[in-house]
Amino acid sequence: MSGHPLLEIKDLYVQFNVYGGALKVLDGVNIEVHPGEKVGLVGETGAGKTTTMKAVLHVLPEPAAQITGGEILFDGQDILKMVPSQLKQIRGKGIAMIFQDPTLALNPVFTVGEQMSAVVQYSMEAGRNLTKREVRERSITTLKEVSLADPERLLGNYPIQLSGGMRQRICIAMALAARPKLLIADEPGTSLDVTIQDQVLRLLDELVEKRNTAIILITHSLGVVRERTDRVYVMYAGNIVENAPTTQLYSRSFHPYTQGLMAAVPKLTGGGVSDGIPGRMPAYLNPPQGCRFSPRCPRVMEICRGEKPMLREASPGHQVACFLYPRGNELEINTKWNVSSGG
Amino acid sequence: MRFLYFFVRRFLHSIFVLLGLSVVIYVISRIVPGDPARMAVGYQAPQWVVNNMREYMHLNDTIPVQFFYWLRSALSGDLGISLLTRRPVIDDIRQVFPATLELALYAGLIMAIGGIMLGTLSAHHKDKWVDNVVRVFAYMGIVTPAFVFGIVFTLVFGFWLNWLPTIGRISPDLTSPPVVTGLMTVDSLLAGKPLIFIDAVKHLLMPSIALAMAGLSQGARITRATMSDNLGKDYIAAERALGIPERQVLWKFLLKPSLIPTVSILGLDIAAAIGNAFLLELIFSWPGVSRYGVRAMLAKDLNAISAVVLILGLAFVVVNICVDLVVGILDPRIRLSAQRNE
Ligand SMILES: Nc1ncnc2c1ncn2[C@@H]1O[C@H](COP(=O)(O)OP(=O)(O)OP(=O)(O)O)[C@@H](O)[C@H]1O
Ligand SMILES: [Mg+2]
Repeated sequence: MSGHPLLEIKDLYVQFNVYGGALKVLDGVNIEVHPGEKVGLVGETGAGKTTTMKAVLHVLPEPAAQITGGEILFDGQDILKMVPSQLKQIRGKGIAMIFQDPTLALNPVFTVGEQMSAVVQYSMEAGRNLTKREVRERSITTLKEVSLADPERLLGNYPIQLSGGMRQRICIAMALAARPKLLIADEPGTSLDVTIQDQVLRLLDELVEKRNTAIILITHSLGVVRERTDRVYVMYAGNIVENAPTTQLYSRSFHPYTQGLMAAVPKLTGGGVSDGIPGRMPAYLNPPQGCRFSPRCPRVMEICRGEKPMLREASPGHQVACFLYPRGNELEINTKWNVSSGG
Repeated sequence: MRFLYFFVRRFLHSIFVLLGLSVVIYVISRIVPGDPARMAVGYQAPQWVVNNMREYMHLNDTIPVQFFYWLRSALSGDLGISLLTRRPVIDDIRQVFPATLELALYAGLIMAIGGIMLGTLSAHHKDKWVDNVVRVFAYMGIVTPAFVFGIVFTLVFGFWLNWLPTIGRISPDLTSPPVVTGLMTVDSLLAGKPLIFIDAVKHLLMPSIALAMAGLSQGARITRATMSDNLGKDYIAAERALGIPERQVLWKFLLKPSLIPTVSILGLDIAAAIGNAFLLELIFSWPGVSRYGVRAMLAKDLNAISAVVLILGLAFVVVNICVDLVVGILDPRIRLSAQRNE
């Protein structure tokens, strides 16, 4: 990609301080998104995908969550150093997020209209206050854009009166109300049944395509990102282990974890990717020394247990964090995965 | 419309609660030893007067029939004659209940406003010094009995600093406004006497704050807990992430869902305050129903005791209806599920 990136996450460290100690979840995350680019973020449950994206919007639950290192640059400015008035310019208009579970992402005691109008009101260019009528009209237009029928009635409804698919669409509508330059979609539709999930994804494709919005699409499923992204980041236990242009990643992946994911894909009968790879993700309270994947890795070496592999270019535009690939020495290594289809 | 139905149903429930309560009161008043007719006419009266009285009081009928008569007169406002004051009990109650009601109303107001404010402050500054101060304060408020606060306040603000009056509802040199509601602060305003209003508020300040301390502390703790829990919810993160200003997120979108448990707890605390007021009424010479009730108990004045229990039960029921109403307004899930179950 040419030009300077829209979003640049540099070496991000996040921990959660809980009763028994600190959960060191994000362990140096690096992600870059260029204007209009479609990026996929793939990883099994608990990998830290949502945590990364909440950090980007500076909405991690404080004081439990603590950002212990790194930078998040949006248009060259560090979000982590912003004062509230600067954040206000970024949120909604610059970056918007569709949260993972639409049932949890909507406030249960306010009507759709009350929530929409708060969003619509502040989605406007600075300095102009909308009248009540204008807010209502804009809310209705926004709901129509996500193909919701009878938006007038919806405005008076509470979230519990709506189906999962409707809630998901409302979340999408709210995220797109301010016409963001970057949309973060956290597993859109995962909580819905497959046909509705498909509709939601297609709706999202359409809206994003029309406005040339950059998007970070988070998912468990390699199938979903393959069809609709330019570049894929693979995340494991708070690390980006590999990133590459989508076609390249599918034709040739380097990291043993990614290879495991790929091997698991055709055999998956639904469910999480972790089904395919033996073992479990490590606990964040005492993460393994060195490479966090080492306890599960079939190609583990001595060095992996002592030292953390850095992301480096394995081939042009294709980065991997693995000691199997020393700098400038491109090897073709194919991990033999003995993948069970799980369950 | 549907909400009205929910409310009416709730109201009918309460009637059964009160009916149950009156059965209990009646049975207790009848199983205690002693002949009510004899007590009513006095120990010197001849036997034929007692017999007439038994007839008049329906004491020769079966217990259910007696209860029916009792209930009928209770419903028409006749709760019998007080042995102690020799006046109809209902007149006594009419006189003393508003004093307690006013005390409890102000205590309730202080509990609600103080508890929610402190709890919110605590949650917004979780684990910082403000939060720690509020938490220590709340612990003390819960473990210290109301009468201790009453005595301490009287000493400090009444005797040492001499800021506030320590006795009664109004200064002796002022004449009470004409009784309309029985609430001194309301009647004084209705009569257009702001000086009396201020005087009445001064008298209310210490007993109502002392009475409110426990509920206030409880309210602060619950509000803090619910609110810091809700602060971690995705909908708050989503609202912040969409650019809604922090002030609106905290004081609108966070506050409303966080108030629901607090309102339920405060309802219980307010209802309890009405019954718990008696020591404070004694300390502050407050002419209220609790003080009246204690004296009735000491004098074995059954009619008065029954009336006091009934009026406290009624207050409890009314407070609970109000709580349900407020919770129903705050929480659409309760409102809507009430509809669905029909
Ligand atoms: N508020 C929190 N307090 C403590 N731990 C947390 C908190 N939020 C997240 N975590 C922990 O951080 C880790 C990463 O969670 P995260 O939600 O980012 O994963 P994810 O990749 O989004 O997973 P999923 O695919 O299931 O959504 C998990 O182990 C989770 O338990
Ligand atoms: Mg997630």
